[in-house]
Amino acid sequence: MHEFSYEAPTTVDQAVKLLSSDGDTARVICGGTDLLIQMRNAVRKPRLLVDVKNIREMRDISYDAKAGLRLGAAVPCIEIYESEVMHRHYPGLTEAAHLIGSLQIQSRASIGGNLCNASPAADTSPALLAVGAIAKIVGPKGTREVAVDKFFTGPGQSVLQPGEMVTQILIPPPAPHTSDRYIRMIPRNEMDIAIVGAGASVTLDGDKVSAVRIGLGAVAPTPVLTPKAAEYVIGKKLDEKTAERAGELARESAVPIDDMRGTAEYRVHVIGVLTRRALLGAAERASKN
Amino acid sequence: MAKKQLVETTINGEPTEFLCEPRQSLLESLRDILGLTGSKEGCLTGDCGACTVLVDGRPVCSCLMLGMEASGKNITTVEGLAEGTQLHPLQQKFLEDASLQCGICTPGFLMSAKSLLDRNSKPTEAEIRYALAGNLCRCTGYDKIVRAVQDAAKVLQSR
Amino acid sequence: MDTPQTQQFKIIGTRPVRHDGLDKVIGRAKYGADYAFPGMLYGKVLRSTLAHARIKSINAEKALRLPGVKAVVTHADFAPQTTAPVYRMGGEAAINPLYLACNILSKDKVLFVGHGVAAVAATSPHIAEEALALIEVEYEPLPMVLDLLEAMKPGAPILNPDVRRKSAPDEQTNIAGEFQFKRGDIEAGFKAADIIVEREFRTEMVHQGYIEPPNALGIFPGDGHATVYTSTQGPFDVRIMSATLLGLPEGSVKVIPAEIGGGFGAKLTVHIEPIALLLSKASGGRPVKMVMTRTEMMRGATGPTSGSILKVKMGAMKEGKIVAAKAWFAYEAGAFPGSPVWLGCFTGLSPYNIENFLVDGYDVLINKPKTTSYRAPGATNAAFAVECVVDELAQRCGMDPLDLRIKNASREGTASVMGPKFPRIGFVEVCEAIKNSDHYRTPLAQVPGKYRGRGVATGFWINGGMQSSAIVNVHADGTASLVTGSVDIGGSRASTAMVVAEVLGLRAEDVRPAVADTDSIGYTDGTGGSRVAFATGLAAYQAAHDVVRQLKERAAKIWEITAEDVDWTDGKAISRKNGVAPLSLKELAPRLTRTGGPVTGRANVYATGVGPSFAGCLVDVEIDPETAKVQVLRCTVVQDVGKAIHPSYVEGQMQGGTVQGLGWALNEEYVYDEKGTLRNASFLDYRMPTCLDLPMIDPVIVEVANPGHPLGVRGVGEVSIVPPPAAVANAVSMAVGTRITDLPVSPPRLFKVLSAKRG
Repeated sequence: MHEFSYEAPTTVDQAVKLLSSDGDTARVICGGTDLLIQMRNAVRKPRLLVDVKNIREMRDISYDAKAGLRLGAAVPCIEIYESEVMHRHYPGLTEAAHLIGSLQIQSRASIGGNLCNASPAADTSPALLAVGAIAKIVGPKGTREVAVDKFFTGPGQSVLQPGEMVTQILIPPPAPHTSDRYIRMIPRNEMDIAIVGAGASVTLDGDKVSAVRIGLGAVAPTPVLTPKAAEYVIGKKLDEKTAERAGELARESAVPIDDMRGTAEYRVHVIGVLTRRALLGAAERASKN
Repeated sequence: MAKKQLVETTINGEPTEFLCEPRQSLLESLRDILGLTGSKEGCLTGDCGACTVLVDGRPVCSCLMLGMEASGKNITTVEGLAEGTQLHPLQQKFLEDASLQCGICTPGFLMSAKSLLDRNSKPTEAEIRYALAGNLCRCTGYDKIVRAVQDAAKVLQSR
Repeated sequence: MDTPQTQQFKIIGTRPVRHDGLDKVIGRAKYGADYAFPGMLYGKVLRSTLAHARIKSINAEKALRLPGVKAVVTHADFAPQTTAPVYRMGGEAAINPLYLACNILSKDKVLFVGHGVAAVAATSPHIAEEALALIEVEYEPLPMVLDLLEAMKPGAPILNPDVRRKSAPDEQTNIAGEFQFKRGDIEAGFKAADIIVEREFRTEMVHQGYIEPPNALGIFPGDGHATVYTSTQGPFDVRIMSATLLGLPEGSVKVIPAEIGGGFGAKLTVHIEPIALLLSKASGGRPVKMVMTRTEMMRGATGPTSGSILKVKMGAMKEGKIVAAKAWFAYEAGAFPGSPVWLGCFTGLSPYNIENFLVDGYDVLINKPKTTSYRAPGATNAAFAVECVVDELAQRCGMDPLDLRIKNASREGTASVMGPKFPRIGFVEVCEAIKNSDHYRTPLAQVPGKYRGRGVATGFWINGGMQSSAIVNVHADGTASLVTGSVDIGGSRASTAMVVAEVLGLRAEDVRPAVADTDSIGYTDGTGGSRVAFATGLAAYQAAHDVVRQLKERAAKIWEITAEDVDWTDGKAISRKNGVAPLSLKELAPRLTRTGGPVTGRANVYATGVGPSFAGCLVDVEIDPETAKVQVLRCTVVQDVGKAIHPSYVEGQMQGGTVQGLGWALNEEYVYDEKGTLRNASFLDYRMPTCLDLPMIDPVIVEVANPGHPLGVRGVGEVSIVPPPAAVANAVSMAVGTRITDLPVSPPRLFKVLSAKRG
């Protein structure tokens, strides 16, 4: 690895100062499970690593019925999995966090990191899209909030400017009879990057869908929403047929590639399958809420 | 050259200090600086688990953690699993059940399995397999490893 | 004397804790990367980013100026080499020293992405890495070839201008070897056949996947004596290869084998040991430690095994007798000749007694890494094709696939593919054991919404004998130590110690096994070829009997009789003269000093009487029709091991080989980009089975004693990898109703098959 310096601030202000201190040559290290690999491959060569794990507000999970969730960006996935609050209100996002890598990876990796690494195939991104998550960004010019569906600009790229970091992920409180589900397709049973990932959040009014968001991963240069599929489902009963049709429409939102993990043809097919399954799964959970 | 910094940490219950460069991982620090070569390097990408140690009780791939991040933490490596000469039931069962062949993955598996049994004293086979999914073994096919964890769980339950 | 079948054993067949086990579970065992010495440097290799190019110049000036860098070496630092063969493995394998040297550090042409070009020694591994980036190499790119069939065509880019086919001595070619086995008249055979099945199969390059990257620690002070610590399967192979490349007499290189984290055949050759020695010499004799990274080793400086094209045609009568078989196998050799195609050629058909066959095999150069052995090298590819065709024949004949195999089985006296008749073998017993297994007798229940299938396949491996040496020392406290030169990759220290314990009447834990360096033990061929329990076990057995011979003499001395009047039974010296109590080893041991001094038994063997092995794999799979993902539900492996000395470690070998075979079938494959760079050079995307992907693997040990060994031992390590790919393919074929001919059966590939079937 190349040489770099390391700092571990205890406040967001200190962290932002460090990140802005030398142009764009500093980077946040949280779980390190993507960054250290990139640094070993010389894909990224930051001169300064800013460790944010000692910043209190980035390690907290807090939920209230009005404001919804404030999830510290540095909370490790394993703590998300162990949080009763997360399971109750956002089971789909929680299961996405529990699917990342292995338990060793989950002890370190965070949803904030998964978001900021901005891989099109990130497991939590489709789930974050589905629940309408918002990234709270702090930088040298102040604080701003960016909805996750506006956060990604390309593979590995986001709207973060030099000196900025995501401190929290904000998620609105789920309406009554709302729940979410995340499903992915991987060749093995764990450890793989998703060939396709689908996150769905469904709100039911009686037995009809009153609100729905579907996020897809690994099928476009960034994680994407599927507005056509979502629109189609609104006002309908979410049965197999509806979910199947939504799956077909979801295929149109995607521009998947051939790569070593899957062919474009395969991905297009699986988008339909997973969208259908995610919708039905979310609806089933929602009907119990 | 980036200056080495002092890291103060606890390893296997012992207060420990060492100097490392920021770019030296925890795995490197354990092996090359502290001489604790029980944790192994297999892939450097967090995919094989041979470097698994416990950090504040949680399993972590030490190849994806900087040495400097160990500051203030409680690290447990395979060298700290036994209590003196008293082997942990996992170590004992790995021996009795012939759950190792070349043995390179064994330290990582022991640490992951310990973390599992510390949290879940009656794991099902599926729960064991999930907890060990981040540890690769190429010699055993995992069968005898899973059985050893089951047997060790029984021993711990009976205590 | 009892035959192996009827011998009663006290220790052999039990399951003691292995002697080296404690060190391995407390983290004390020293693998090659665990060694450190004062003044140690770290070595790294600069590797080509082009798949085929001439090296025009190498400039290391900038690298040498980097603080901390002590030396840079290239191929030019090796002693000059020729292609004149150097023999190893009891004369059964020849090294081409020029090719070996060029494979490690290329001389004037790089032949694959990842080919070594230069190496650096520095005071830290990070500095060594930085130094690599400062070495300037000028390349002249050449056209490359990555496709097996393309490489075989005339007009393909040529890797080695000296390679020629016997049939066309004036033409440059990438076909570096051709092999043929034949018998009878296949045309007549096919004419007579009622049923003919003909299929073409494809497998991809796969890696042995050992968890420990190759390592070497070289110390070469320049006084003519070199020392290497390394995790190797073959210390004596490392010795001869390193000595040859460095221009040293063989005995001037001492190889100290460290514990080894898996090898599966790949660590029977040198990858970086000679480089570590060159760097040490160039650094004034400082120890130089080299540990490859995962990416580096996957890119193939360590040799994966061949992808292949396999065409098999078999004809049978309607009652199931196979009357003709034709096979055409092309295996990727990689950058230098030497794929295991010839082994595939004769192992594939070996389970079957077929009157008429013709097998042609081709060793093909291609701009990929030079292939290296992988557990029963060559056999898995061939068996994949043959066993799928046999399965289809059974289907068309309306026969149970095991019954068809039994009907055509090779037995004692059957002429093998190469000609010589088989001695007593256990293929029929293996097939019957599968049939009688609980797994086979339990019908596979179908479930709605999923496709399920069951598949079976068998396989054959020759096993090895060759040379081993053993020394047994008797200690005054009545214990013994066993010294061999066989690196322990799976429990063989324990089993060889158990053999000695059995002969001497000791407990297993009273015999301490040690693996010695190349100065401290007689010549021993590498740990591979399923030969250790057989040949080193034999040497240990004979060395123990040598101890017995001497103990009898000591007892005779004590009893004042002649040694001819002393028997050794059940671990005791027994006098044929009346009135004397027997003396055990424990009782004799404290008396050795006074009866003549230390007792050391020894034996050196060139082991013959090798007993080949057969294995079978039975697997149930479940497929999600929508995602085309294959899940293994249940797996049983059956293997004839002759005699299981330590059944737990025998089972372990069976389970491990099976899982490697399952990985080969399900998701493992090398994926190259159009520039010849391996894209999946990590464990993330080179997908080996994890714990969560598998069920328990049920091992069934069959023991048909090998008449060529005093304990009936056959080799156990390799053959279990041979059947699983075909078993999985047969299971999936049954589940989806279409024959699977390409591996791996990964979801995107199976999806294509399913789509084609639907469409």
